[in-house]
Amino acid sequence: MLSDGPLLEINDLVVDYAGKSGFVRAVDGVSLRVSRGEFLGLVGESACGKSTLLFAASRLLSESAQIVGGNVIFKGRDLVVLREKQLRHLRWRELSVVMQSAMNALNPVLSIEAQMLDAIKAHQRMSKRAARARAAEVLRLVGIDEVHLKSYPHQLSGGMRQRAMIAMALLFTPDLILTDEPTSALDVVAQRSLMVQLKELQQQLHFAVIFVTHDMSLVSRYADRMAIMYAGQLVEVATTRDVFDRPQHPYTQGLLEAYPSIHGPRRELKGIPGRPPDLRFPPSGCRFAPRCPKMMPVCSQQQPGISSPRGDDLVRCFLYERDGVPGELAGVRD
Amino acid sequence: MNETEFPVSLPASATSAAQEPAPSPAVLSARGLTKHFRVGGVLSRNVLHAVDEVDLTIKDQEIVSLVGESGSGKSTVARLLAGLYTPTAGQIRFRDRPLSRMGRSEYRRHVQMVFQDPYSSLNPVFRASHGVMRSLKRHRMAGDRGSRRRQAVEILDSVGLVPGDEMLRKYPHELSGGQRQRFGFAQALACRPSLILADEPVSMLDVSIRIGVLNLMQHLRQDRGVSFLYITHDIASARYVADRVMVMYAARVVEEGPTEAVLSRPAHPYTRLLLSAVPDPYAPDTEAVGSEVSEPPRVVNPGEGCRFRWRCPLALDICSRVTPPLEAVGPGHFAACHVTAPSGGHA
Repeated sequence: MLSDGPLLEINDLVVDYAGKSGFVRAVDGVSLRVSRGEFLGLVGESACGKSTLLFAASRLLSESAQIVGGNVIFKGRDLVVLREKQLRHLRWRELSVVMQSAMNALNPVLSIEAQMLDAIKAHQRMSKRAARARAAEVLRLVGIDEVHLKSYPHQLSGGMRQRAMIAMALLFTPDLILTDEPTSALDVVAQRSLMVQLKELQQQLHFAVIFVTHDMSLVSRYADRMAIMYAGQLVEVATTRDVFDRPQHPYTQGLLEAYPSIHGPRRELKGIPGRPPDLRFPPSGCRFAPRCPKMMPVCSQQQPGISSPRGDDLVRCFLYERDGVPGELAGVRD
Repeated sequence: MNETEFPVSLPASATSAAQEPAPSPAVLSARGLTKHFRVGGVLSRNVLHAVDEVDLTIKDQEIVSLVGESGSGKSTVARLLAGLYTPTAGQIRFRDRPLSRMGRSEYRRHVQMVFQDPYSSLNPVFRASHGVMRSLKRHRMAGDRGSRRRQAVEILDSVGLVPGDEMLRKYPHELSGGQRQRFGFAQALACRPSLILADEPVSMLDVSIRIGVLNLMQHLRQDRGVSFLYITHDIASARYVADRVMVMYAARVVEEGPTEAVLSRPAHPYTRLLLSAVPDPYAPDTEAVGSEVSEPPRVVNPGEGCRFRWRCPLALDICSRVTPPLEAVGPGHFAACHVTAPSGGHA
């Protein structure tokens, strides 16, 4: 794992959306590494840039968004400068994406098998018989009977559709799977069974996962590390245990305080007052400062830099800046 | 009452309501509430059972939570209670008066609804306060424009939309999701209702502001004496705000009781499954669950028998023949299960 370096390395990635009133910086200088076989939870509220980061890393951004800085090194190649044709060789085969809503991501007028064969045909030369066999195989992997190859999406339950999406992502056994809230339309029981299954498949096939979600507790049992994003920036990256037991950033601490639990004493929770900043007019200092219970005078004047309290972890907060030099990217890459 | 067994620190109002010796009067009650929809083509005889024989009572200043997965019928219950659907069978009574003998507008004044999606429930071409002002005008004839404005500011203040006079001028696009949902509550409050039916009011909001809206419900119950039916799929949030929970599965109530009793001693196998599936980052690492493939329940022509039997680890022969009725398993705590709550005895 350490010997061949990270599977995916995102360096200082900046993504802008063109809007009527100028640019909105949805992802602002994000650096992140994912090792082979790692399960990374990317957590944040809506519009914090987590999905944009995911789509930028897979080069699936919509027309209005543009990568204006940084790079994405996947297995030694910079995805940002690759052309569509080169990307096509990587997608599905080495890196695949599971979209948020299987309802919309699957074609309603084609059977599951037809959609799988389509994907296979687009990315590899394979006989029809071999392709059919592979489609049946991946469907069995996710616990769906192969009779459903002939089924249409509306004949499957929400959980099964989401599983079928994962099956499609596994067609070529990629090294990295990027998922964007794949469980958000499911009830808790189906949610848990999908998570358990994803984790089992990951252990069996050794792919890495970046799992985008707004729900920290959902990935708490499955993610090795978590990256917390706020207003376009990473504010904390740490092992999952550390995030829950020793959260560093006041935003992370606030998020943990925002969930009622089904165990323990019932007590009043506070949540986080206020709302995320409008990214068209980001605050001049720390982006969380207006909502932060630990705000200091410096927080509204300057942006905090990134510091690494422990090893590969990072936190973006003046409380943890060792040398008091704000804005310096100390320790992010080592 | 059962509170003695659970040393929980509830918001003051939650305990005070439960400690009253005499049962407080029911604001709203429903008996045998049923809603069936015909599905399929014109000649189809298929009937979708959205709600089957639901009994419920909401008392003064009480927060009752209706919990269930999507498709369980919980939103249909809200729509029936709001008068948006006509029940196939059963009766709804408001303060002991049948709904059928009340004028629609009178009923609406007392029972209001807050919807799930704060983005589609406010009209973008009007100020967000339009609904509040309109409701003040329609339901309370007294007062001129100036006094309506003063009342509106006071209502906006009470739901945390401050400063109220500035908020009065805002358009929906200037507001965050949390603020929009607070406008939803303000609109519901404007006619001083006794009960607010809140259908998944926080599920579309960001996690960091959900708690704020749940706390708002607590405060409104306390300060304005409003009762709530809180409909949710998130049992942890139900525990946070509700005095009582009702768990629905496939159109039926399968368990109900005081929140802590149901959560600490769940009697129905579905409630147990639901509770075990809630992700808990601090639980000990003893997860022994497989990836059970959960089939959605059959609600089209379901027939006799327990509707959870297909997924139930305890299912007996009788479960496929006889629909289990709700039986007492503790004080005020009922479950519909042949195994854990057999009729005539406590489990």
